[in-house]
Amino acid sequence: MKLTLEQVRHVAHLARLALTPEEEVRAASKLSAILDAVDTLRELDTTDVPPTSHAVLVEALLREDVVKPGLPPEVALANAPAKADTSFVVPKVIE
Amino acid sequence: MPIEDFQPVIGLEVHAQLLTGSKLFCSCATTFGAPPNHHVCPVCLGMPGVLPVLNARVVEFAVRTGLALRCEVRRTSVWARKNYFYPDMPKGYQITQYDQPICEHGVLTIDTPGGERDVRIRRIHMEEDAGKSVHDAHAGASLVDLNRAGVPLLEIVSEPDIRSSEEAAEYLKALRDVVVYLGVNDGNLEEGSFRCDANVSVMPRGSATLGTRVELKNLNSFRFVRLAIDYEIARQVEVLESGGKVQQETRLWDAQRSETRAMRGKEEAHDYRYFPEPDLPPLHLEDALLDRVATSLPELPRPRFRRFVSQYGLPEDTAHVLTGERALADYFEAVALHVKDPKRLANWLQGELLRLLKEENALLSALRFTPAQLGELLGMVEAGTLSASAAKDVFAEMFRTGRAPRDVVAEKGLAQESDVGAVEAVVDQVLAACPKEVAQYQAGKKQVLGFLVGQVMRAMKGKGNPALVNQVLKSRLGE
Repeated sequence: MKLTLEQVRHVAHLARLALTPEEEVRAASKLSAILDAVDTLRELDTTDVPPTSHAVLVEALLREDVVKPGLPPEVALANAPAKADTSFVVPKVIE
Repeated sequence: MPIEDFQPVIGLEVHAQLLTGSKLFCSCATTFGAPPNHHVCPVCLGMPGVLPVLNARVVEFAVRTGLALRCEVRRTSVWARKNYFYPDMPKGYQITQYDQPICEHGVLTIDTPGGERDVRIRRIHMEEDAGKSVHDAHAGASLVDLNRAGVPLLEIVSEPDIRSSEEAAEYLKALRDVVVYLGVNDGNLEEGSFRCDANVSVMPRGSATLGTRVELKNLNSFRFVRLAIDYEIARQVEVLESGGKVQQETRLWDAQRSETRAMRGKEEAHDYRYFPEPDLPPLHLEDALLDRVATSLPELPRPRFRRFVSQYGLPEDTAHVLTGERALADYFEAVALHVKDPKRLANWLQGELLRLLKEENALLSALRFTPAQLGELLGMVEAGTLSASAAKDVFAEMFRTGRAPRDVVAEKGLAQESDVGAVEAVVDQVLAACPKEVAQYQAGKKQVLGFLVGQVMRAMKGKGNPALVNQVLKSRLGE
């Protein structure tokens, strides 16, 4: 299956990747190869096989609903490129 | 075609914040109103290398809600990643449930002008809330607070079975009553702990093909739900009537302008690329949990309303008020054990109690007197030893101080004389002292009775039981 450049740009945008035109072409061919591999797998008849969501089947561990202190705000914000008091500052997200 | 020839079709999605102490996947507090980023940890901040650990109470609340809404509960449900970028979603994805939600195929019964109607519930799933962005406080930037990130939500999705804005409001009220009764949600639309989105479309009446639907957001009161849906129905009909097509889009309700308007730039955001959450194994529910939750379900608002009407003989509107809040209904039943006349009790709760609570801005849980004490007070009114108006004064005193009614009555000397012998003795004295009035009465001037009652009450310093005084006077006067 051949992925179009249009599809590559769409996926790149969803992943917030800025690709150069050369990278878009390369990604199209690499991603197409992956889809081809998936197509090969799809030749198997899996009608009676339940989908596998997890490779290792472990029981879910549940936690009691108990509150514990989190991080002090100055630690929580230590890596923030910008902050105002104890808020993270980010580029404006709506016009 | 006029608007009446179009059939609105409405489905509702409710996000109900669960009343847990800690978040869905970490132990941070869910408390509302802390300063920004004071309830955060590496898990809800989306730091690399952390793993989510599921809160057991969230599962229990989801099952409780599912059973109350007559859903099928899935023995194995699967978590999913919903991928999108937004600054208040630090991981770059939301952990939610997708194709295998914990509950499906339920029913909620609502009232309509044509009687009761069942609205089908499509699904209920668990998911984490996002943080909060503030856009206007900082020039050219947005502020992000992640206190709410990771707070547990139930998303409850109806089938498109709703046909009018009134039915939508009824559905939401009924659903809110249920989740509040279950103790899983506080039902607060204004503060956003019970949030509603509406999917609205219209089609010509009699058509079998649904119209294009529009999702409405920002409906944070029952009134806005009705206004926004009515506005949207009219808008879509107008678009169709002028030869246009309804665009599938998300629109925000603007309460200032009373209109819906399109949100911009969201078209591509709908590609969420869901996949099974690798950090959480599928959730298996044990029979023991389901049994325990099923047996601990409280009586729900609608059956309780019906029982209040049949068991206590209450009028429907009174029963609605009393069962509207679980605490009030519980209180009514606790006092009802101590009184003979449940209707009188209902009137007292609806009148005196709710009025004082409102005046003092107090909650039922803060009442200083016991249900038995209120029962005792009403018992005095029933026995005629306390007048209804004096009882209101005693009640106000009990409300303020929590003192026992008999102490208040004794201290204020409010007890009413209901002993027949004592009343008869006073009546005889008064009649002996007023031969002229007695003669007038017996000559047919019945209004003299009022004067005689007044004389008796004065002699008894206002403490005679008025009904008894009347009755004794009349019988002594030969009626």
